[in-house]
Amino acid sequence: MAIYLVQRLAGTIPVLLLISLLVFLLIHAAPGDPTLLLLGEETNAAEVAKAKAHWGLDRPLYIQYLKFVASTLTGEFGKSFKYAEPVSNVIKARLPATIELAIIIAIVLAIPLGVWAGSKPNSWLDNVGTTFGLFGISMPSFWLGIMLILLLAGVLNILPTAGRSTYGIAGPQTTGFYLLDSLLQKNWKAVWDALTHICMPALALGVNMLGILMRVTRSSVLEVMNEEYVVTARAKGLREKNIVWRHVTSNALIPVITVVGLELGTLLSGSIIVETVFAWPGVGSLLITALNSRDYPLVTGIVITYTAAFVVINLVIDGLYAVIDPRIRY
Amino acid sequence: MQSLTLESATEKAPGPVGRLVPRLHAKAFTGGLIVLTFIVVGILGPALAPYDPNKQELTAMTKPPQGIGAIHVLGTDNLGRDVLSRVIYGARVSLLVAFAVVFISGFIGISLGAISGYFGGKTDFVIQKLVEVVWAFPPLLLGITIMAFLGQGLFNLILALVVQRWISYCRVVRGQALSLRTREFVVASRCLGARNAQIILRHILPNVIQTSLVIGTFAMASAIIAEASLSFLGVGVPPEIPTWGTMLADARIYISTAWWLPLFPGLCIFVTVLGINLLGDALRDLLDPRLKRAGSGI
Repeated sequence: MAIYLVQRLAGTIPVLLLISLLVFLLIHAAPGDPTLLLLGEETNAAEVAKAKAHWGLDRPLYIQYLKFVASTLTGEFGKSFKYAEPVSNVIKARLPATIELAIIIAIVLAIPLGVWAGSKPNSWLDNVGTTFGLFGISMPSFWLGIMLILLLAGVLNILPTAGRSTYGIAGPQTTGFYLLDSLLQKNWKAVWDALTHICMPALALGVNMLGILMRVTRSSVLEVMNEEYVVTARAKGLREKNIVWRHVTSNALIPVITVVGLELGTLLSGSIIVETVFAWPGVGSLLITALNSRDYPLVTGIVITYTAAFVVINLVIDGLYAVIDPRIRY
Repeated sequence: MQSLTLESATEKAPGPVGRLVPRLHAKAFTGGLIVLTFIVVGILGPALAPYDPNKQELTAMTKPPQGIGAIHVLGTDNLGRDVLSRVIYGARVSLLVAFAVVFISGFIGISLGAISGYFGGKTDFVIQKLVEVVWAFPPLLLGITIMAFLGQGLFNLILALVVQRWISYCRVVRGQALSLRTREFVVASRCLGARNAQIILRHILPNVIQTSLVIGTFAMASAIIAEASLSFLGVGVPPEIPTWGTMLADARIYISTAWWLPLFPGLCIFVTVLGINLLGDALRDLLDPRLKRAGSGI
């Protein structure tokens, strides 16, 4: 299996290179000059030329690209124009916020709910779950976000509308995940504060994935429930709870994790827009800022990070198949 | 075959298929009704809208909804523009984008998928590498990057969405073409001297069209959401064209003062996409016997 995964990993390198070239060319060809956007319209020609020389924008395009590839190999992705530090540092500082937002609802809630609904087909629970699933996939995340703000923050005034935490409440950061850090420090006030902040954006982002995952889990569980070994387990007199959670779930998980991998792209896309709605300081909102100021290295760096994450996670999922189902060999 | 299923469903105690049939009808009916309304409103937009969607009435700014029969049924926005008229015109843009994206990406995806699967070898390798590259991009990210390059515009938006959406057709059709090319009827027609183009058009394409229809419905739903998302981020259509996405983007600042501004355009997106998904679900249940047996909704 190791050989198979290494081969697959090697196969993704040309894909990533091609993507980096594509994004690099697209963003360089896009209208808008980063020097004017960052320094202001009234900057004189000498200052513009100085900035261009400083950022290497006066060099031929292929040299700029090769320099970018070279710095990508060192894991730096070049230096951001706007933040004047390596792109990797800028992304690293923002990444935990996006990850925290993305995983909290979609995976923690969707799979258990799907298994539950699938194990009792056509019950009220199943019907509610299926309807909710359909609503989830039809709801644009940003509109749900706006509606949640309108209701929970505007009318009821119970949740904050923007940001990750109230200033001064969170303790020192070690992992960058506010919830995890606050839990580790047993700072309950900060845990509560982080929870109230993450609640709405996580729901807005996760509801779509929740809908899809629930539906896939449900149908996969339904299919496994008809297998003979489930009948055998029942005939042996095992309790229904044991059958569902031990025998059925592990076997029903394969299509579910495949969909988790495939839908990750949608989740990452969603994070761009939901972070913008909630002023969430993650990588998604950083991308929009970077695009608006034509911060070439930062835009390319973020796109590569997102695509690499997508490709690598799908590779990990390929490896996971063998762990979940020992019959699968590579 | 279908009528047989229907009869047995009404006569016997409902098994998994029996339970599915009435549900299928309800789904298809509700979904079809919503989609039909969407299409009619989209086409007849100018005749239905009470006002010019861009007409500013500075004496009637941010008026709340006044109910049916009033001057501004769904109220006005911050520039005094009639919300109902803008929502109706928004349906037009969504309809145009959705159909254009589905047909163009369907044409490209089905053609390339059939060619890729039928010929195999180097052709397949090149097309599948291309699919792999596009697939690795998170969808919205590719849209944003392309729109940053092309600039705002309806045609550019359709192009940006097509670039992403042809791959789902291509992957599925390729898989089907791979298995179809070894089937007896294809081999037989090749032996009788049919040319490759003839085989693809006469034997491969008719067999992949059903699945493509299902993919098409879901692609339509995702195209509507993607159009709204890009317009919301300010990289979609120019601000002077009223769309549900640009209306939501404009409404963001007024959430606390004018609830109706974000509510109606968002509701339109939600209901339309829900309708298309319902229709897609019903189509899939009907066309995919494996899922029909499982009695599931995916």
